Amino acid sequence: MKTSMDFRSVRLAAGLVLLLSAVLSLGSLLPQQGVFSVSPFVVTIVGKYLSYAFLALAIDLVWGFAGILTLGHAAFFALGGYAMGMYLTREIGARGVYGNAHLPDFMVFLSWSDLPWYWMGSEHFAVSVLLVLLVPGALAALFGWLAFRSRVSGVYLSIITQALTFALMLAFFQNGLGFGGNNGLTDFKDVLGFDLHQARTRAALLALTGVFLAGSLMLARWVVSGRFGRLLVAVRDAESRTRFMGYRPDHAKLLVWILSAMIAAVGGAFYVLQVGIINPGEFTPGNSIEAVIWVAVGGRGTLSGAVLGAVLVNFGKTLFTAWMPEFWLYGLGFLFIATTLFLPCGLVGLVGSMGGRAGRNARTDPTPELVEPGRDEE
Amino acid sequence: MSEDWLLDLSHVSVTFDGFRAINDLTLRLRPGEMRAIVGPNGAGKTTMMDIVTGKTRPDCGSVRFRGQELTRFDEPTIARLGIGRKFQKPTVFEALSVHDNLLLALRGTRSPLRMLFLRETPDEGERIAGLLGRIGLTARERLLAGALSHGQKQWLEIGMLLAQDPRLLLVDEPVAGMTDAETMQTADLLRDINTSHSVIVVEHDMDFVRALGVDVTVLHEGSVLTEGTLDRVSADPRVIDVYLGR
Ligand SMILES: Nc1ncnc2c1ncn2[C@@H]1O[C@H](COP(=O)(O)OP(=O)(O)OP(=O)(O)O)[C@@H](O)[C@H]1O
Ligand SMILES: [Mg+2]
Repeated sequence: MKTSMDFRSVRLAAGLVLLLSAVLSLGSLLPQQGVFSVSPFVVTIVGKYLSYAFLALAIDLVWGFAGILTLGHAAFFALGGYAMGMYLTREIGARGVYGNAHLPDFMVFLSWSDLPWYWMGSEHFAVSVLLVLLVPGALAALFGWLAFRSRVSGVYLSIITQALTFALMLAFFQNGLGFGGNNGLTDFKDVLGFDLHQARTRAALLALTGVFLAGSLMLARWVVSGRFGRLLVAVRDAESRTRFMGYRPDHAKLLVWILSAMIAAVGGAFYVLQVGIINPGEFTPGNSIEAVIWVAVGGRGTLSGAVLGAVLVNFGKTLFTAWMPEFWLYGLGFLFIATTLFLPCGLVGLVGSMGGRAGRNARTDPTPELVEPGRDEE
Repeated sequence: MSEDWLLDLSHVSVTFDGFRAINDLTLRLRPGEMRAIVGPNGAGKTTMMDIVTGKTRPDCGSVRFRGQELTRFDEPTIARLGIGRKFQKPTVFEALSVHDNLLLALRGTRSPLRMLFLRETPDEGERIAGLLGRIGLTARERLLAGALSHGQKQWLEIGMLLAQDPRLLLVDEPVAGMTDAETMQTADLLRDINTSHSVIVVEHDMDFVRALGVDVTVLHEGSVLTEGTLDRVSADPRVIDVYLGR
C-alpha cells in the first residue's frame, strides 16, 4: 500500500533480527579462540542493543503512527526491567551478602523485617512476567486516559511524559520505596534455575530476545497495517476530523499507547536479564530523548527503522564512548540535527529511495503517484 | 408539532468574546428536505454548523434532531446519531489513499479495539466501489488523498459523507475552487444525494444554488433574514441591501 503503510521492510528486519541473534548465540557456544566464536562481551552488548530496540519500536508505534511524541517512554522500559529484576532478586535467595533467604540484601541493610506487600508473588516467574506487562500497562492506561481525554497533545504531552519519567526516577532513588534506592537491583544469580553467568544461559537469552523482538515487530506491523492503523494515521494528521465521523481519537490513542508501553516493558525485562542491573538511572529523562533519536535516525513511521536506529546508534555509542567518551553527547546531537536536515525519512527512507518506490515517503512527496494496486496488506 | 422537524434550532445564540456570531437563530428542516443557506461572509453559517455538530456549544437555545436535544452531546455522539459534515476547507486524510479515506468513513464500528481485528469485507469493497463511481474517483482509488486536486478533495469529502450514510448532511461551501462544469456536476450529485438524505448546503455561488432548485435561507448577522425560493429571496430589498451594503 502507500508508503507510511508500506511495511515490506518490517518482515526483512524481523528476519535479520532472528538471524543476528541466532548466529551470535550459536557462535558464543563454540570453543573460544575459534574463528567463528563469539565473545561473551559481544553477546551481552548485542543483547542490550536488541533490548533497546523494543523501546525504539514502542516509540515509533506511538510517534510514527499516532503522532504522540513521547519523551518519557524509558519509564515503561525501566518499570518492565524492575518487575523482572524483582524476580531475579528473589532468585538470589540465601546467596546474598547477608545470607537472608527471605529478604533481599538492601532490605536487610535497611533493617526491614518483612517484605513489602508489593513484593508478594515476585518469587514466581509467571507472576513476574505478568507484572512486566501489567504494571507499565496500567500506568500507561492511567496516564493516557487522563492526558488524551483532556486532549493534551503536542509539546504539552511531550513535557508531561518527561515529567512522568522524572518523577519516577526521583521516587526510585528513595531507599524507602523498597526497590534498592540508587543501587537498584543487581547481583543476580540465576533465572528459572539457570546460571546467568553461564555461556549457554546467556546464549539462550540472546536468542529469546531476538525471537521476541521479531515477534514484536510483526505484532506492531499487524497493528498498523489494518484498519486500526489507518485510523491512527487519520488521528495523527487530522484528529478533530475523525471526531465528526463518530470516532473517539482519545480511545484510539489510548489503545496504541498501552500496547506501546508493554512492548517497551518487555525490552526492559530482557535488558535486566542480560545486563544484570537495573537502577533509577534508567528513568533519566535523557534516556527517553536518546531513544527518540534512535527512531528518527532509523526512520520514523517505518517500524524497521526504529530497530535499525536503536542498534546502529547504540553500536556507535559503544565505539564512540570507548574512543572519546566526553564527545558522545555532541555526536548524538549532531546525528539528530543531521538526520532532521538531510534524512527526514531516516536510514530506512534513504535505503528505500535508493531502492525505488519502497521507501518513498508520501507525506513529503508532492508528485501524484499511483500506489501499487493491491489490497490492504494481510 | 416539533416532532415533525428533522432538525430544529430555536432561539440559539452564541457569543465569542462579546461578539454575537449567532443571534437568536431559529431554523427548521423537514425530513428529506434540502435547504440552501446563503449570506455574506461572517453571517454565521459555519458557526451554525459548528453548533449542530457539537463543536461549539450555544450560550442559549435548543437544537433538536429527530426530537432529541443535541446541545449536551459531543461530536462523536452527534455523528453517530446520523449527522455528517463536510468542512468549508476540505479536510481529507492526506496520507491515506482515496480508498482508505472512504473505508474509514464507512458506516460501521467506531471501536478502536474492534477495528484492530477487522479486515475489509467484500461487501465493504463493493460499497466503496459504488461510492467511487458516484464521486468520479474510480481511477484514483489507490492514489493518496493528498495528491488530489482541490475539486477532487471536495468530492472525496462528499464521498466520505455518503459512506457515513448520515440522515442529515451539512455541506459547507462544496464548490469553492471548482470549475463551472465541476460545479454543475456537484449540484447534480447533491440533488441525487437528496433523494435519500436530508441536506443543508452553505454556498456563495448563486448559479450553484439556482441549480439545486431548493428553498433558500438568508443568514445575516447570526439570524435569519428571510426564507423562500431563490427568486423571491433575491428580489427582497433587505437581501439586496445586505449584499450591496458590504
Ligand atoms: N471560534 C471562534 N472564535 C471567535 N470568533 C469566531 C469563532 N468562530 C467564528 N467566529 C466569528 O463569528 C462570525 C461568524 O463566522 P462564520 O465562520 O460562522 O461565518 P460564515 O457565515 O461561515 O462566513 P464565510 O462565508 O466567510 O464562511 C465571524 O465574524 C467569525 O470571525
Ligand atoms: Mg463559513
